[in-house]
This record gives sequence, C-alpha cells and structure tokens, in this order.
Amino acid sequence: MDGLLALYIFMLAAFTGYEIIAKVPVILHTPLMSGSNFIHGVVVVGSMIALGNADTVLEQAIGFFAVALGAANAAGGYVVTERMLGMFKKKEA
Amino acid sequence: MTLPVYVQGAWFLGAALFIFGLKGMSSPASARKGIVIAGYGMLIAIAATFLIPGLKNLALMAVALAVGGAAAWISGQKVKMTDMPQMVAIYNGMGGGAAAAIAAIEFAKGDAHSTVTTILAVVGALIGAVSFTGSCIAWAKLQGVLKKAYRLPAQNAINVLLALNAIGLGAAMVVMAPAKPELILFFFAVSLVLGLIVTLPIGGADMPVVISLFNAFTGLAVGFEGYVLGNPALIIAGIVVGAAGTLLTQLMAKAMNRPLTNILFTPMVASGPGEAISGSMKELSGLDAAAMMRYASKVIIVPGYGMAVAHAQHKVWEMTSILEEAGVEVKFAIHPVAGRMPGHMNVLLAEAGVPYDKIFDLEEINGEFGQADVALIIGANDVVNPSARTDKTSPIYGMPILNADQAQNVIVIKRGKGTGYSGVENALFYTDNCRMLYGDAQPMAGEIIQHLKAMG
Repeated sequence: MDGLLALYIFMLAAFTGYEIIAKVPVILHTPLMSGSNFIHGVVVVGSMIALGNADTVLEQAIGFFAVALGAANAAGGYVVTERMLGMFKKKEA
Repeated sequence: MTLPVYVQGAWFLGAALFIFGLKGMSSPASARKGIVIAGYGMLIAIAATFLIPGLKNLALMAVALAVGGAAAWISGQKVKMTDMPQMVAIYNGMGGGAAAAIAAIEFAKGDAHSTVTTILAVVGALIGAVSFTGSCIAWAKLQGVLKKAYRLPAQNAINVLLALNAIGLGAAMVVMAPAKPELILFFFAVSLVLGLIVTLPIGGADMPVVISLFNAFTGLAVGFEGYVLGNPALIIAGIVVGAAGTLLTQLMAKAMNRPLTNILFTPMVASGPGEAISGSMKELSGLDAAAMMRYASKVIIVPGYGMAVAHAQHKVWEMTSILEEAGVEVKFAIHPVAGRMPGHMNVLLAEAGVPYDKIFDLEEINGEFGQADVALIIGANDVVNPSARTDKTSPIYGMPILNADQAQNVIVIKRGKGTGYSGVENALFYTDNCRMLYGDAQPMAGEIIQHLKAMG
C-alpha cells in the first residue's frame, strides 16, 4: 500500500477516534471500552487473509490460532457489549 | 494482489459501520443501536473475506471461526456483570494475540517487504504480544486466580531491560530482513515475557486502567498489521480504537488521580497511617436508618463495589422505589471509579433496573450533598474519604471524592470495620454526623425495606 496514503489514513482515523470519545459521559466508559474492544476484533479479517495465504503446516497452525483468537475477540466483545448496553433504559421499562 | 471490487466495497462499508456504531455508542439513548450496527459491519467484513479469490485453507478457517467464536459467545453470555472487566480484558488479549500471530506468519513466509512495512509488522507484533500476555495476567488478577502482586527486585530496571531487548531484537529483524527463524522466535519470546513482567506487579485497583491501555495497544497493533496486509478496514478500525483507547485510559487515570506512569512503575502502598483520626465509629440500627430516610426530603445514595459484590443492587432499587413513593427525592451518586472500571457501577445499577436519569456523576452531584438530609453509602469507602481533600500525607490525597460528608446525616452500610481498597483509614466514619450499619448490603437493604413497609 502507498505509504503516504496510509499515513493520511492513520492521521484521520486517530482524530476520529479521539473525537468520538472526547464527548462521552462517564457512565458509558465501560461499555465503550468493551465496544472499542469489539471493533478491533476486525483483526479476524486479517487473520483470515493470513491463514488463507499460509502454505506450510507451521503457517497454517499459527493462522488457525490467529483466526480463532480474532473470532473470539469479535464474538466475545460483541456479546458482552450488547449485554451491557441492553441494560441502559430510561425510566421504568 | 488486487482484490475484487465487491470485497473492497464490503470492507469499506464495514469500516464505515464501525465508526457509525462507535459514534452511536457514545450516547446512552443510541448505544444499543450502535453496537448492533458495528456488529453488522463485522459480519459484512468477515463474509466478504471468504469471497477473496484464491484463498486457501477455507475449511480450516471456518473451523477456527466456529471454535473461537462459539467459545467466546457462550462465555460472554454467561459472565456475571460484576466480572465484566476481566472478560473484556481476556477478549482484548485475544485480539492482541491475533495481531501478533498475523505478524508471525508474515515473518515466517519471509517474503520481501519494504522497510516501512517490516518496521510496522515488528512494532505491531511487539505491541500485540505484550497486550496478549498482559491481558491474560489482568484477567487472572481480577478473576482471583492470581491473588497477590508479584514484584521483582529492581522491577523497573528489569522492565526497561526487557523492553530494550525486545526493541533491539525487533530492530535486528528489520535490518536483517528476512530474519532467521531463531531471531523471530527469540523476539516473540521476549515480547511475550515483557507483557507478563510489566503487568504482574500491578495491583487489582489499578487494573482497569491497564486493561484500557492494553485495549488501545491492541487497536494500534491491529492497525499496523492492517498496513502490512494492505487492508484499510483494519487500519481504520485499529487506529480509531488506538486513539479512543488512549484517551479513555487518560480519562480513567485522571479520575483515579493516578498518573499512568505511577500505575505502571510504582504500586500503591498504604504509606503510614496518615493523620491521626479522632472520634469513634457510631453504630445505628436498621430501624433508625429506615426512619431517617423515610422522613428525609432528599437522599443521595453512594453505591460502591461492596454493593455489587453483595448483589444488593436490586434490593437497593426496591428501597429507592418505596422512598420515592413516600415523596422522598432519591438520587444515585457515582464516583468515576466506583466498581472496577469507570461506568461499571452504572452498568450494575442499570442491570437492577435503575433508570439512568437518576444516576449522576461526581461533577453533577457534588454540589447537592449540602442540601441532602441523608447520604447513604453502600459498600463504598475510598471514594468518600475526606482525607483525599485535606490530608496531604494520605496516599489518596488529591483524588476527587464525592462530598458525602457535607450531607446532614451520613449512613454507611459496611461489612466490617476494615479499610477500603487502598488500605487507608476513612476519616468520614469517625465524624459526628456519621452512623455505621454493619452487615452485608443485601440483607441490610432488605431489613430497611421491611421497616419502610411497616411505616407505610
């Protein structure tokens, strides 16, 4: 990938992340930490690509490990965040 | 490798949905929708990846997805709300491990990369590996598997030495690319050990901040490996989380009045007894407590982790409802670090059905304690200790606290006479307007409810 282009992506993404969090009320810190934890679970896509290009048994083994861990990050992060946020209700439900 | 447009488009859509979802999560009303939107983004991104032409090991991939996904899905459904922080830690560690593993495969393949790519692969691998083992330790500590903080002699020197070692090995991998297998192995071993050693001496009270830091780490690692793989969706998601996580970590550290450097390098110790405290702790009966609150016009409840451990939040909410029916104004005051993470207590109260518009944070409510007839403190300690304002020798001096001591009367529900998490004696308990209700929070709240009902 074009290095300079990637640098621009890095910069804009960093500002985006900062801006989103800057205005968050304290009550949402825990769910948000959990939610951002879920989002970096997209690493599973990278793991899949890595496993998909693996040739040797060693590469396949590491790749399998990577996909399983990434999938756990994504699935676990989602369930936990969803459960927490599902509890926030206004007034009597 | 040029990817088909539908794969690229799907990843683009995924990245957009992540940002949209995260934005939604930043407000209570839209938070639930936010995570669902981000969830769709993830499904789209994963589904599109299967469509990349020429991808090998598809069966293996499907099995790995099923195994990892199902294990985490089930454990995530089962975990109790009080145990949430360590669960976030372990899932986060897995993400870090995945990022490190991606780098390991790239190194093992030994393909020629540009220097920039190799550097980012190495940095991502180092950060990911540290996040992996560090998060595992964080989990073990909060779960109670690891009970005490292990502190090596010359801990800081060892940390620095290990870190330099890992960086040096990483640099060697860049210079000598493609690196020999022994070097790669050694690099990963040192990085993994670094995560262990850095996290082991950190106490349970500081762990939330560390988990948040590792969360940011994993984000960065994912972003860097995204560059290595030429995948903008990974870069965007990773770096957004890296930046957001870093800010979140700072906010938490600030709320605890523990600069990050202190958390990482100097553990909290109960330094001396602090100023001598005069007076004595005075007991109160459940009946008196009930009467005091029933005939008050304003009650502020300060819940702490002790309430959560006793699973008293449902009883407390029931008690609140009875008081409100009797015309008493009741509010909940939440310290930023109440529970085990910022916002953790809000989640626990929400679980019990307390609407979030009754819950106020420190800045919002601190001015109101002066007009409150009763401040009811349930299983909280350090966060209401006035020594933090006045006693310069106290280890918690300077920490922002809830000004419960300014209420007309203070009632403290507490299991015993012990000190709080910091090990510091609480001057509040000895003041004239403070009364102690010794007992477990749940039966105690139940007793108060009985008395309140009897009063009609």
